[in-house]
Amino acid sequence: MATRYDRAITVFSPDGHLFQVEYAQEAVKKGSTAVGIRGLDIVVLGVEKKSVAKLQEERTVRKICALDDHVCMAFAGLTADARIVINRARVECQSHKLTVEDPVTVEYITRYIATLKQRYTQSNGRRPFGISALIVGFDDDGSPRLYQTDPSGTYHSWKANAIGRNAKAVREFLEKNYKEEAIATDRETIKLAVRALLEVVQSGGKNIELAIIRRNQPLQIFSAKDIESQVAEIEKEKEESEKKKKKSI
Amino acid sequence: IQLLHGTTTLAFKFQHGVVVAVDSRASAGNYIDTLEANKVIEINPYLLGTMAGSAADCQHWERLLAKHCRLYALRNKERISVSAASKLLANMLGEYRGMGLSVGSMICGWDKKGPGLYYVDDNGTRLSGPMFSTGCGNTYAYGVLDSGYRPDLTVEEAYALARRAIAQATHRDAYSGGVVNMYHMKEDGWIKVERTDVSDVIHKSLEARQ
Repeated sequence: MATRYDRAITVFSPDGHLFQVEYAQEAVKKGSTAVGIRGLDIVVLGVEKKSVAKLQEERTVRKICALDDHVCMAFAGLTADARIVINRARVECQSHKLTVEDPVTVEYITRYIATLKQRYTQSNGRRPFGISALIVGFDDDGSPRLYQTDPSGTYHSWKANAIGRNAKAVREFLEKNYKEEAIATDRETIKLAVRALLEVVQSGGKNIELAIIRRNQPLQIFSAKDIESQVAEIEKEKEESEKKKKKSI
Repeated sequence: IQLLHGTTTLAFKFQHGVVVAVDSRASAGNYIDTLEANKVIEINPYLLGTMAGSAADCQHWERLLAKHCRLYALRNKERISVSAASKLLANMLGEYRGMGLSVGSMICGWDKKGPGLYYVDDNGTRLSGPMFSTGCGNTYAYGVLDSGYRPDLTVEEAYALARRAIAQATHRDAYSGGVVNMYHMKEDGWIKVERTDVSDVIHKSLEARQ
């Protein structure tokens, strides 16, 4: 049955599915994990970095991109599709500034990206974008925001979320560990993001990319060294809490 | 085509907000088409637009602006800023540059950034400023405004200044006249202050001088 309704995505299947959209969501599930956390004065994005081939030149960040001074996004899914979406979003950020004389709110640019994605689920001869995006930033009034979009064109606001491979495991970790104390300071929020990624990333720190935005400050991408020191701190804390447990037994 | 911009409109910012005053004469050459035209469009409780130039052009484009402002508020769940509203109008008019539109408008409002006043015209000009007067009576109005304006005017002084400026302009400009329609833009929205016949204003000021 499914094979007959794959072709033109403008067509519903008899049981109400848009199969192309669902297949796009499958493509997203194959992409490397990305996690986003909304703190009080900081927003954090972390992505799983695939190991680089020997002859390939290592570029620091490909998956976390600034859309404007106060907004950035990470994605999971088809990198090439993401490039198009990111470019359109960047242009829209500037267009908005030109016509409205105000920087975009995170919700506005998320809505723009989601509307763009939806348009591609309802056009002839086009396929949906195969990416989910995590969009973070601060609005003009200083409030931190985290939004997630998916290939169908829906978007929601989140306190913390993960997309891509193993997203479920990371999200369960976040549901357990996202508490007031965990996001009380910027440092704790960053640590929570790293801990969440370490749950699913093999070989630790060198396969993680990390970026933060603090209120009224531009995107800051962590160097490999800084990430290593975060991971080392977390490992140390883990050891100490294990020791304590052993002692109390 | 040199259209006569038969009007006097003015607006100025002061410590208590923005005062907007317009005359009400619509002329077609030497014929007074309308004695009491409405030259202020109430876009929303926090935005006003004045009209000078071709009545048809002003009405059409400013009503279209009102539609866009409403759509903006529905889509973005917050009221449009004065700078964005004036930019929308300026861009709309700019597309028709050189095609004979005649619009000289002031967009006044109060938004997150405080009181706002922009002058927008058919050339695509868009200026922010503390005081503007448009229409062919504007030179007379500027004379009164410039000699009486202070940013720290009281509300009553501001009303008197605006009223006097329009009245004196209608006194000398053949294409302005009728009544003074005055609005006051405050933090919680605009109020319509008054509708005063200009001849009353002139006679009162003459009597006061006797």
